[in-house]
Amino acid sequence: MRRLVPGWLGAPRLDLPLLAALLLIMGAGLMVLYSASGEDMGMVTRQAVRLGIGLAVMVGLSQTPPHILRNWTPWIYAVGLAMVAATWVFGVGQGADRWLDLKVVRFQPSEIMKLAVPMMVAAWLHPRLLPPNFRDVLVCAGILGVPALFIARQPDLGTALLVGVSGCFTLFLAGLSWRVIAGLATAGIAALPALWMVMKEYQRDRVRTFLNPESDPLGDGWNIIQSKIAVGSGGVTGKGWLEGTQSRLEFIPERHTDFILAVLSEEFGLLGVLVLFAAYLFVVGRGLYIASVARDTFSRLVAGSLSMTLFVYVLVNGGMVSGALPVVGVPLPLISYGGTSAVTLLAGFGIMMSAWGNRRFVR
Amino acid sequence: MRRPGKRGPLNRPLKDEREEQLLFQSRARIGFAIIAGLFLLLATRYLWLQFWQAEDFRTRSESNRVQVRPVAPNRGMIYDRRGRIVASNRPAFRMEVVPEQTGDLADTLARLGEIITLSEDDLERFERARGRYLDFHSIPLRLDLDEGEVSRFAVNRHRFEGVAVVPYLSREYPYAELLTHVLGYVGRLDERDLREVDQDDYRATTHIGKLGVERAYEELLHGTSGVERVETNARGRALRVLERTDPVAGSDLVLSIDVDVQRAAWDALGDFAGSVVAIDPRDGSVIAMVSKPAYDPNLFVNGISKADYEAILAAPRRPLVNRSLNGGYEPGSTLKPFVGLAGLELDVVQPGQRIFSNGRFFLPNYDRPYRDWRDGGHGHVDITRALEESVNTYFYQTAVDLGIDRMHDYLAQFGFGAPTGVDLPGESAGLLPSRDWKRGRFNQPWYPGETVIAGIGQGFNVVTPLQLASAQAALVNRGRLWAPRVVYAVKGAEDPTARREDAPERQQVPVVNPEHWDLVLEGMRRVVNGPRGTARDVGLEAGYVIAGKTGTAQVFTQDQRRRYNQDELEESLRNHALFIAFAPFDAPTISIAVVVDHGGAGSKVAAPIARATLDAWLGQERLMGYRP
Repeated sequence: MRRLVPGWLGAPRLDLPLLAALLLIMGAGLMVLYSASGEDMGMVTRQAVRLGIGLAVMVGLSQTPPHILRNWTPWIYAVGLAMVAATWVFGVGQGADRWLDLKVVRFQPSEIMKLAVPMMVAAWLHPRLLPPNFRDVLVCAGILGVPALFIARQPDLGTALLVGVSGCFTLFLAGLSWRVIAGLATAGIAALPALWMVMKEYQRDRVRTFLNPESDPLGDGWNIIQSKIAVGSGGVTGKGWLEGTQSRLEFIPERHTDFILAVLSEEFGLLGVLVLFAAYLFVVGRGLYIASVARDTFSRLVAGSLSMTLFVYVLVNGGMVSGALPVVGVPLPLISYGGTSAVTLLAGFGIMMSAWGNRRFVR
Repeated sequence: MRRPGKRGPLNRPLKDEREEQLLFQSRARIGFAIIAGLFLLLATRYLWLQFWQAEDFRTRSESNRVQVRPVAPNRGMIYDRRGRIVASNRPAFRMEVVPEQTGDLADTLARLGEIITLSEDDLERFERARGRYLDFHSIPLRLDLDEGEVSRFAVNRHRFEGVAVVPYLSREYPYAELLTHVLGYVGRLDERDLREVDQDDYRATTHIGKLGVERAYEELLHGTSGVERVETNARGRALRVLERTDPVAGSDLVLSIDVDVQRAAWDALGDFAGSVVAIDPRDGSVIAMVSKPAYDPNLFVNGISKADYEAILAAPRRPLVNRSLNGGYEPGSTLKPFVGLAGLELDVVQPGQRIFSNGRFFLPNYDRPYRDWRDGGHGHVDITRALEESVNTYFYQTAVDLGIDRMHDYLAQFGFGAPTGVDLPGESAGLLPSRDWKRGRFNQPWYPGETVIAGIGQGFNVVTPLQLASAQAALVNRGRLWAPRVVYAVKGAEDPTARREDAPERQQVPVVNPEHWDLVLEGMRRVVNGPRGTARDVGLEAGYVIAGKTGTAQVFTQDQRRRYNQDELEESLRNHALFIAFAPFDAPTISIAVVVDHGGAGSKVAAPIARATLDAWLGQERLMGYRP
């Protein structure tokens, strides 16, 4: 009988500490979602199903050897890029939509690019000598820059940022020279005014509102102010599960998606927030460890880059909720309501676990 | 700086796996360190918000959550003398709109117009109200929705963000126009009203007394508003009450008005316009106060439509005028008992003294005749006979002997020429002429002829029906003058036993000789019961003894040398008919004044109306064995 069952089902090559941390985060997420949705069990069930699908994808990818993933990479990247380009060319009219509505109609190809870009950069660098030479850096910049620009034009600044950053992290981990990094950073700061020019009006408003939320407390500043009130009023120990008045009385905007951290902060307080941050930090650290023991360049770079990108999610979202960063549509990983982002993230962890399963055992 | 590496197949450089891994590990460590540092920074941000600033944010969260709302008290009910409800509170529904929540207000209003009736007036009123409120306030759009409208809205509610149907108590006057001029009505609170009341107490109140008892007793009827602390969501919907201070309902009022008597007077007036005021001389309470025509006060409660209001304004007999309080009539012969008493008490005429009437009275050195109503006169008459037959000459002479100023001062003691002090707003003072008054008013000297006609209540004299009834009550009370009261008792919400409101005593007319008073009252008795009385028909088969005095108020100055047949005159030129009466003669319980606009002679038209009213009161009194 045992022969009829694939071998890996008997002993799946999963990293248990990482899996435990992910399950902890997802469990907490479902609990907070139950509260944020106004005790809507249907919503929680839907999210649980999506997480289940994500976990299945993760397990599936974790059993796929890295070299197969690497062979798929150009195709995934090409298809993803084509779809992103298509949305730009055919213009599904998202540019006119507000960010609230964007949640509902956000087009998916950009999510694929969150994985495809670091994978493609890693795949490009895989056979090459590291640290990368100038020509390779330029190619990689193209690999990450083109889709990021397309996505930014959609406009979906949050996803563009994550896509671009994940590619940059790959380069950084590949050993991009500090001089180049310093040069890019300088160029980036210099390009800020140019970025301002390119931004849509609503994006500029968000930045303005971020800089001074009290200037428009009933309009655009409302979200930031109410979110901060939710976080602050939670105090050290929180108001208790299902007891958060800011969320239950609907003062927090987007409380089950982008601002779900405000609900968690209000109900579980500073202690809850610190536990969550610790869990995320553990996941990032564990991911980097997995990467560092990976067998080949591709696995190493992809696993490392995805780990570091996870942190960017948390930083941007946590900064937005606490009013420390402008409002950018970045979900809180594995906690915000929504399927695509969860599946993409878990797929990423599947790739990491594939690297773990094929790690080198001898140092 | 790159080291020359080995080259593998396809001329590619051979990777040094070990070297690469070390490079990666160093980068990963740096990356992790930066990430851990930034996490620390982020955690510090949360520490700042949730630890250092927690108190501040907790307060803001609390003020987000909890709103303080005023709760309107229930308005006091009003009962008549016998406990019948004359003003009550009926459960009703009104529609309120929060402009800010509607998205597109104009569109919402247009769509609402398809399921409920929205008149131009409603929309105009709403627009005006918007000026007073802020856009996140709930502003009344339509009051008193009917059942169909309520259910149609319930079905379509999802289509109307920011619109709500709210239950409230609407004032209702079951006797409609019968009591309008006593009760007045409540109407929508407007800015002018707000200036006159404690704004905090009226924050939740929508209606306020505009006229009559409703206005005069506003403070008692209104009560004290309560306060509610409610948990409110971000859209302003109240979810639950956290704490509540109940409002104190307004006090109930018991009127001294007897609806049966009021109705009898109203019906007896028939198609005539006019006024009937009846006062209980024992305590100054008003038993009936009819002014006809009237209008339905219920129209005003939830906002009268322009068309309805214009119809009332345009009505030829002016239903808005409260004739009992504001109708200015010449008292005519109804003033004679008071003039006669003045003559006796001021020692101008002796009790037994007889004055000769030959039908025409002349002032010395003037050739203008002042007529008696009967050609050829009444012969020698004393005070009782003069009253019984309404002999003008007797009172011409008395008035001339008194002089206008003494007459003015004496009659003023009965309340003529001044408001009676009734507990209703807007009462007229009437007019009691004097030399000073005429000089002040017209800058003209007083002419002797004016004194003559003042003696029979003509000329400048103006009285209100209420003044007449009140003055007559003082006459039967031997000089005790009440400020009349329409509210008999107040029943506080916390004090269920009715508290009697005594009519204040205004003044006491000095009594020189009680016999003088008896003579005047006897004269009035004979008006109804004497063989030559001018209102003999009124007393027939009454079962109690009525005393009174007829009167006629001239509508335009008639030529004293001509006789007019009043029946042939156009109605609007016909005289007003007056009749004052009290009964039972020995122990009066009612003093009544009847004025019939353009009724002609007092005895024919006004006296039967008085009789019907007296019957209603005295018949009922005997039945109930009523004592105040």
